[in-house]
Amino acid sequence: MRELGPNEILFILAAVRWTLLLSITAFLGGAMGGVPVALARTSEFRWMRLTATGYIKIFQGTPLLMQLFLAFFVPGLFGWSVDPWMAAVLGLSLHASAFLGEIWRGAIESVPRGQWEAAASLGLHYSPKMALVVAPQAMRIAIPPTIGFLVQLVKGTSLASIIGFVELTRAAQVINNATFKPFTIFALVALVYFLICWPMSAYSKRMERKLLIASR
Amino acid sequence: MRWWTRSARLTKRVSRVSYEFDFAAVFAAWPELLQGMLNSLVLSALAMVIGMVVAVGGALGKTSGPRPLRLMIDGYIELIRNTPFLVQIFLIYFGLPALGIRLSSNMAALLALVVNVGAYGIEIVRAGIESIQKGQIEAGKSLGMRPLQIFRYIILKPAIQAIYPSLTSQFILLMLNSSVCSAIAASELTAVAGDIQSRTFRSFEVYFVVTCMYLAMSVLFWTVFAATERVFLRKATR
Repeated sequence: MRELGPNEILFILAAVRWTLLLSITAFLGGAMGGVPVALARTSEFRWMRLTATGYIKIFQGTPLLMQLFLAFFVPGLFGWSVDPWMAAVLGLSLHASAFLGEIWRGAIESVPRGQWEAAASLGLHYSPKMALVVAPQAMRIAIPPTIGFLVQLVKGTSLASIIGFVELTRAAQVINNATFKPFTIFALVALVYFLICWPMSAYSKRMERKLLIASR
Repeated sequence: MRWWTRSARLTKRVSRVSYEFDFAAVFAAWPELLQGMLNSLVLSALAMVIGMVVAVGGALGKTSGPRPLRLMIDGYIELIRNTPFLVQIFLIYFGLPALGIRLSSNMAALLALVVNVGAYGIEIVRAGIESIQKGQIEAGKSLGMRPLQIFRYIILKPAIQAIYPSLTSQFILLMLNSSVCSAIAASELTAVAGDIQSRTFRSFEVYFVVTCMYLAMSVLFWTVFAATERVFLRKATR
């Protein structure tokens, strides 16, 4: 049995970088997928809206843990073997793309109808209308809930430990198995997550309140 | 890993390029899967009911309690909302015994879910309480309504109308979140999937079927909750 010394604590804290890297990568992947999902969800074509809604519902209706398991096993069906890192990035990115798509749909729809009509009457086609008129206004509304989702995503990366990716939670388990100081170790880990997530939640809450006042 | 098992796995991996599905092995275990699904539902329902008690108590404390209590409730909410559920469940299952509190994995799972949903529930219930305006109650009085009528039509019904959608979606989130309880081997659906997988090695098939089971539960609850909302909580047309 090992003692819980500075080296062990440092091992846990150093694993934060994997949690952060996974969160950022999954967020970027999710953002790349989220834009087309949001656009399809607000499209004028019914089949696109339905497809996007189905995609979103599948991710909202199944546990993130199951999504990660499937991200780990499905590539194997095609003969690609993925390591835990790639499976975690794939699973969390797809998960994020559905949730961000739904958040951004709300933001796009909250842009007043008159703005759309004004853009159309200026002769703007779909892409310039979205890029120059709708997106800049939607973005302002989308920031607080997007950051709120980022908190969910950071917390979600802890589940990557279950498919064997060594991030903060997994590192804590490894050290706990060697030192058996579960209370201290998991309290420390909770504190680290809290320090990452709390500023973002607080910021998102404050911004939301500000927007609410501004829209009155 | 011994060399022969490794080489056996390698052969298997190469041959997997043309994967042959075998769902029969999974469906053979249907009694287990059904039991696991039932356990997940019972676990979620229990956690929701007890969690609502926590939520109502917390919301009352937050709206009308003394300042130190309000701060404590705020601290609890922030702490739970900003840490992963997996870490919370580890802290309860592995951490509490160090303080002399030993729980079975099912009890630890239930406690963790209650603690978690309680924090989210407080904010929902508080929003419901705050949605009732004093003027409405006064209007009821001036119409000559009895106190019980006022409580039923002016306080309870609008409050439930206000929180019902967030409460039901919180329940579905809780039900999906309960899959994380497999990490401490609580007997629910995901843990059953793990068992079947380690016995049959049909990883994809098992997790695909179980994911579909979760999706079916979500769809069922979405439909039922939306229907009850339409039938019982219809808002008066303006």
